[in-house]
Amino acid sequence: MTIDTGSGVAPDGARLVVEAVGVGKTFGSGPTGVTALKSIDLAIRQGEFVSLIGPSGCGKSTLLRLIGDLTDPTSGTVRINGKPAAQARQDRDYGMVFQAPVLMDWRTIVKNIELPLEIMGFPADERRRRAEDLLRLVELEAFAERHPWELSGGMQQRVAIARALSFDPKLLLMDEPFGALDEMTRERMNAELMNIWRRTGTTIVFVTHSIPEAVFLSTRVVVMSARPGRISQVVDIDLPGPRSVETRESDRYFELVTKVREVLRRHEAPDDQGATVDADRIRAEGLA
Amino acid sequence: MKTTSQSLRGTPGAPTATAGVRHGRSRGRRIVGLAIVLVGLAVVWEGAKWLAGDPWRIHATIAGIQVDYEHLPPLKWRIADDLSLPHVWDVIRAFVDPAQRGGPPLGVLLLGQAGFTFLEALAGFVLGGLLGLGLGVLFVHSRLAERAFVPYVVASQTVPILAIAPIVVVAIKADWVSVMAVSAYLTFFPVTIASLRGLRAVDPRAVELFRSYAATRRDVLWRLRLPTSVPYLFAAFRVAAAASIIGAIIGEQTAGVAAGLGSAIINYNQYYISAPERLWATIVMCTFVGLFFVGAVTVGEKVVTRSRYRPVEGLL
Repeated sequence: MTIDTGSGVAPDGARLVVEAVGVGKTFGSGPTGVTALKSIDLAIRQGEFVSLIGPSGCGKSTLLRLIGDLTDPTSGTVRINGKPAAQARQDRDYGMVFQAPVLMDWRTIVKNIELPLEIMGFPADERRRRAEDLLRLVELEAFAERHPWELSGGMQQRVAIARALSFDPKLLLMDEPFGALDEMTRERMNAELMNIWRRTGTTIVFVTHSIPEAVFLSTRVVVMSARPGRISQVVDIDLPGPRSVETRESDRYFELVTKVREVLRRHEAPDDQGATVDADRIRAEGLA
Repeated sequence: MKTTSQSLRGTPGAPTATAGVRHGRSRGRRIVGLAIVLVGLAVVWEGAKWLAGDPWRIHATIAGIQVDYEHLPPLKWRIADDLSLPHVWDVIRAFVDPAQRGGPPLGVLLLGQAGFTFLEALAGFVLGGLLGLGLGVLFVHSRLAERAFVPYVVASQTVPILAIAPIVVVAIKADWVSVMAVSAYLTFFPVTIASLRGLRAVDPRAVELFRSYAATRRDVLWRLRLPTSVPYLFAAFRVAAAASIIGAIIGEQTAGVAAGLGSAIINYNQYYISAPERLWATIVMCTFVGLFFVGAVTVGEKVVTRSRYRPVEGLL
């Protein structure tokens, strides 16, 4: 992949939202150091939906956190909208959704959605208007005045998505947002996220463990391998849109799922037992 | 009060229709439980006196019937005699009887003193609470300050309050302000510790979320750390409320403030041989003040956290 470093523009003229060049990340140092990521090059165009998929410990969450400037790279550079990642974070260029909804218990649902707007200094009526629009978007209008613990896991995650969209970021970073949901709910959430992506035109970087989810949602799937974490292959997903339940039953969908699975298997590390240990360690250190 | 809507698009419905009824029943049960314990305590108390207290007799006309009864306990324990353990009815009667010939009943007198002590304790509680919270906020933002000060905060509580109180009284002035200071000395500690824990109890992912919003430290403090610490703080406030009463009583005794329960305790201590039930009545009043304060804090917590925090079962 050749990238015009840091210009914010792809060779074909499209705007680049994410540009990672030679990015590496090592937790700790010396013999106990763990290399989570090694020489990652990745460019994401505006409006793309890119999934990062790979075994535990491949550093896909770390890569997402690097894009969000929630951790610093050991080597290489990450640029967002042509700016350094740190500047992009200061400019509130992206919204973040974690695996857990991370809602504030003491706030009502509508107040949870307003939280980033409060921090960013939006006026009260503007906050309320946006929050109400978003509640409609995620179909939770009836729950505006409820508190998070009164909602199911899927509903809470929809609130988290609405909150991330509240300040209109051009980039949405999602770290296994549906990982804790049951299969049925997950598929419905996938469809809703598709809708949101189509309607808002937001660029989305999406970390997942699920091959069907990655293929269904993405325009490109970045397949990663572990120890050290690196990009094995990028699979273009040429499924026609708008995608729906029928998409999941199409032949092309199955071909692509198989393709991603094969890429994953080809790059599978021989000693997979160590993988989860590494992942836990990386997560623990990453949060510290 | 827990309502988890399982369906993804379920209607909000009316989840708490039965909650009020259930609440009322549990409150009734609670009062019955308290009453049973209170009666049980009185029974044990009087049982001990029956078994090993001083002899007593009833020699009176009750409802037109002449009652002559004399009780001679089979055993004799010092702890159960009338001096160590006055009869429950004597303690109750002490509230009604005038403290001095022609004066108001002791209960009225004690109530006034209790009110005075309560206000001092309240002032100490507020001062100590603010100090404790302030220290918690300082420590959570500065590792250096935490390392430097926390050992002294802990050490401060190992110094006997009886030794500190005279110094405070001399340093400030022998009036209610020094009483408040002594009370605050006892209350700031639990609040410091709890606020430090509470302010740290934030979900690390929530901190990352705030980071992703490029939130300032002040935002993190006001919109994340302080709300998270509220349940911790109220747990500490209850401890501090009880401690503030003790602090106020000790402060009053040291400062020689005459209007509160502290001086009442000293006073009835001196007359213990002749009227032990008065000291006991004073102790009961001190307990009431403490319970009232702790109860008020609990009500305050209900008001502040009602429907804002995940409901927790239990009395405290």
